Amino acid sequence: MTDGSSATGDEVFKRDLLAVLPHLRAFARGLCGRPDFADDLVQETAIKAWVARDRFTPGTNMRAWTFAILRNHFLSELRRNRHQADYDSDAAERMLVMEPDQEAPLHLSDMEAALLKLSPERREALLLVGAGGFTYEEAARISDCAIGTMKSRVARARYQLAHLLDPDRDTITIEHEKA
Amino acid sequence: MEFVLSRPPGMDDRKRTPGRSSKHPETKEPGWAEGLRQLYNSVVHEPLPDSFDDLLKKLDRAKTERD
Repeated sequence: MTDGSSATGDEVFKRDLLAVLPHLRAFARGLCGRPDFADDLVQETAIKAWVARDRFTPGTNMRAWTFAILRNHFLSELRRNRHQADYDSDAAERMLVMEPDQEAPLHLSDMEAALLKLSPERREALLLVGAGGFTYEEAARISDCAIGTMKSRVARARYQLAHLLDPDRDTITIEHEKA
Repeated sequence: MEFVLSRPPGMDDRKRTPGRSSKHPETKEPGWAEGLRQLYNSVVHEPLPDSFDDLLKKLDRAKTERD
C-alpha cells in the first residue's frame, strides 16, 4: 500500500474515513448500547459517507461529518423500530444489581447502563460533548439543533446521569447543574 | 482472530484502583464524567472486529454502484 504524494482525493478520503472508524464505533456503542447493532451502524455509515464523499469538504472535520451521518442513520433505524425492542432491558437489569462493595469509581458497565436510560437526544448530547470532546457548537451542528438546545440537553443529561449513578450526591449535583 | 466486543481488555481494571475519586475532592467534574470518557475510549482502543474486514471491498462496490 502506498499513500502520500501520489494519493488521490478518494484515497485520502478513504484513509481518513477508516481512521475515524474506532470513534464511530464508540459513538454508536454509546448511542445504542449493543455492540452488534453499533457495528452494523458504523459499517452502514461508512458506506453512506463513501457514497456521499463529494459532499465532504477536504480539510474539515471528518469525525464530525461522519458522526452526523451515523446519528441520522441511527435515528431513522430507531424510527423503523429495528433492533429497538431489546436494547436496553438487559442494561437496565444490570443497573439494578450494582454492587455496593466498591470504594472505587463506578464500573463502566454501570455507566453504559445509566446512559441507556437517557433519552436518545440526551444520550447523544452527552456522548458528543462529554465523551467525544466536541464543542457545543460542533455537537449542535452534528445533531442539527440550536446551540442552546444542545447545552440544555447536555445539562439535563448530566443531571439525570449523576442522579442515576450516585443518588446520594444528588443535592450537590443539582447545585452544580443549576449554576 | 477473535475480539471480545462487549468487554474490552482492561475494562475491569478500574475496579482495582481504589479511592481515585477521593483524591480530587475539589474537582468540579463529577466522577462519572471520567467514566463516560473511559467508556468511549475503551471502544476507541478496541481493535476493529473481523466483521470490518470486508468494509474496503464494500466501499469499492459502493463506488461503482453510485447513483
